[in-house]
Amino acid sequence: MQMRTIEIVVGTFLLAGLISLAILAIRVSGFTVNPDQQTYTVVAKFDNIGGLVVRSKVSIAGVIVGTVTDISLDQETFMAEVVMNIDSDVNEISRDTTAAILTEGLLGGKFIGLSIGAEEDYLKEGDEIYDTQSAIILEELIGKFLLGQF
Amino acid sequence: MSDSHVRIENVTFSRGSRRIFDGVSLEIPRGKIVAIMGPSGSGKTTMLRLIGGQLKPATGKVWVEDKCVSRLTRTQLFALRRNMGMLFQSGALFTDISVFDNVAFPLRIHTDLPEEMIRDLVLIKLQAVGLRGASALFPAELSGGMNRRVALARSIALDPSMMMYDEPFTGLDPIAMGVVVQLIRTLNKVFGTTSIIVSHDLQETASIADVIYVIADGKLIGAGSPEELFNAESPRVQQFIKGLPDGPVPFHYPARDFETELLEGDDL
Amino acid sequence: MISRLRKLGQYLLSIMSVLGRAGELWWQAVWRRPRLSNAPLLMRQIYQLGVLSVVIIALSGFSIGAVLALQGYNQLVKYGAESALGLGVALVLVMEIGPVVSGLLFAGRAGSAVTAEIGLMKATEQLSSMEMIGVDPLQRIIAPRIWAGFISMPILSLMFCVVGIWGASLVGVNWLGVYEGAFWSAMQEGVDFETHVLKGIVKSVVFGLVVTWVAVFQGYDAEPTSEGIAAATTRTVVYSSVAVLVLDFFLTLVMFNF
Repeated sequence: MQMRTIEIVVGTFLLAGLISLAILAIRVSGFTVNPDQQTYTVVAKFDNIGGLVVRSKVSIAGVIVGTVTDISLDQETFMAEVVMNIDSDVNEISRDTTAAILTEGLLGGKFIGLSIGAEEDYLKEGDEIYDTQSAIILEELIGKFLLGQF
Repeated sequence: MSDSHVRIENVTFSRGSRRIFDGVSLEIPRGKIVAIMGPSGSGKTTMLRLIGGQLKPATGKVWVEDKCVSRLTRTQLFALRRNMGMLFQSGALFTDISVFDNVAFPLRIHTDLPEEMIRDLVLIKLQAVGLRGASALFPAELSGGMNRRVALARSIALDPSMMMYDEPFTGLDPIAMGVVVQLIRTLNKVFGTTSIIVSHDLQETASIADVIYVIADGKLIGAGSPEELFNAESPRVQQFIKGLPDGPVPFHYPARDFETELLEGDDL
Repeated sequence: MISRLRKLGQYLLSIMSVLGRAGELWWQAVWRRPRLSNAPLLMRQIYQLGVLSVVIIALSGFSIGAVLALQGYNQLVKYGAESALGLGVALVLVMEIGPVVSGLLFAGRAGSAVTAEIGLMKATEQLSSMEMIGVDPLQRIIAPRIWAGFISMPILSLMFCVVGIWGASLVGVNWLGVYEGAFWSAMQEGVDFETHVLKGIVKSVVFGLVVTWVAVFQGYDAEPTSEGIAAATTRTVVYSSVAVLVLDFFLTLVMFNF
């Protein structure tokens, strides 16, 4: 086979490989390249975060507006302290907003859903959301059910 | 420049537990046709490999052009091999490239000649072996004899001062054999190429060799011109030269007494 | 008793010497002497090992993706969770089945071809004559093949995954009626590039290295007879397949559990 043909074919092969990689990256894993999205940090404390992990999503009305960047244990109150980055152009979140840990679909992962409150004062960099709702833990649910506390 | 092109000095070489050479010394004079002969498995091909630097002797030295082969660096060995041509028993052409590219291979590796010159040289070499018309064919399309002739063209591509032939006559029909004999003789007479032939084909080899060395059991058991060897006193050499089935190399594989073994069958 | 120990000792020693020879081959061919002027050789080998394997990879990938979708659907539908089909199939393919199965197929197709080719070159003294002409066969024959395998294998594994997911989508969405939106969105939400896809790629690179190494060594070390070459080819397929499967376990352990 001619060298030139081989070069072309091998080049196509390598290109196909790169395209496959791109497909897997974008189409399959939903990898998004966010060019320098400006964000501001907000904190919330929960009794139980369930299966929430770093990089979990933060959403308002189902629309993703941020990501969880850090999870740690507050050793004084023994509550979970969750740090989130919210997109800077979503800057009218009132101070009495509720942060709840919800589940995606039936088997999905956990995410933080924000329900906007009524106050006119908005959250700024470093503020804390005080009204929080922990994740629903299956065992507690079953316990309540068994004890007829429903 | 000394008179001997190659000198083997007291070389021993073993493969595994088998002693292939046990203190062998011989000398290959410049411009002569020297044959190294002996029974199968006596290590004749190994000798060529030692000369070419593919193998290193356990003890002793191999000198080529007054250079100790085992002490050469990679670059020096590369330069040395430019002057050595080797014809392998099976031809050993590269099966994935054409006849032309096979012969051009050493030229492209060792020289910076432009493609037009290489083309001319390749055609000249192929013409010398009578296969210029086959330059576009692939080795798989050639017969055994043609394969070997192309391999010969490839090994003389760089006009080496020394040629080594590994069993050049084995497995060829009489015509092809005649062609090879003539080519070897011509190369030697016209270009003065020192030729080392390794073979167990007595008749053909004796017809062109100036000197014959006979190696058996790891030792040199005979040396001299074909006539001298034919009249040699050693019974081992005589058996080899005359092709006698029984002699110092026994006909029978070691076994028990024949009568006893046969009669055993009656008792079973 | 002593003789049995001695036999065991000899056997272990021979394994050590094989590993040593294989390691030396690797060292000489890959590290000590890479040369840019051999680029055309490398390209030809990528063609032989990579491009010519695409068909078998694509066919297998598609079939396996389709089967996974079929079986996956049957199980998930019992829990009403069939919308997670895309996610499940994608994860399985990208993390495990993709690299492993394409590794096995590569070993069978490309690995055996390389072993047979090199073994034959050894048997017909082509390697020897190349050396006598002054060319290093390690550089000209062995090294390009090792690099070609190293490059081709991850590409083939990626293609396998892509075709597999496509096959799964055809079966799941177009045939079995899983909602297209759910199929893809669950997959996109659940499959993470770094945790899943990248680790799969790492696996395929390792597999490519190992398979090509075994193939090249077996060919180089083969007995120069027709039986010798046949035995070497069989050994290549067996050893590299087992190596892929065993390495997969350890790689998974290290990458996903720590």
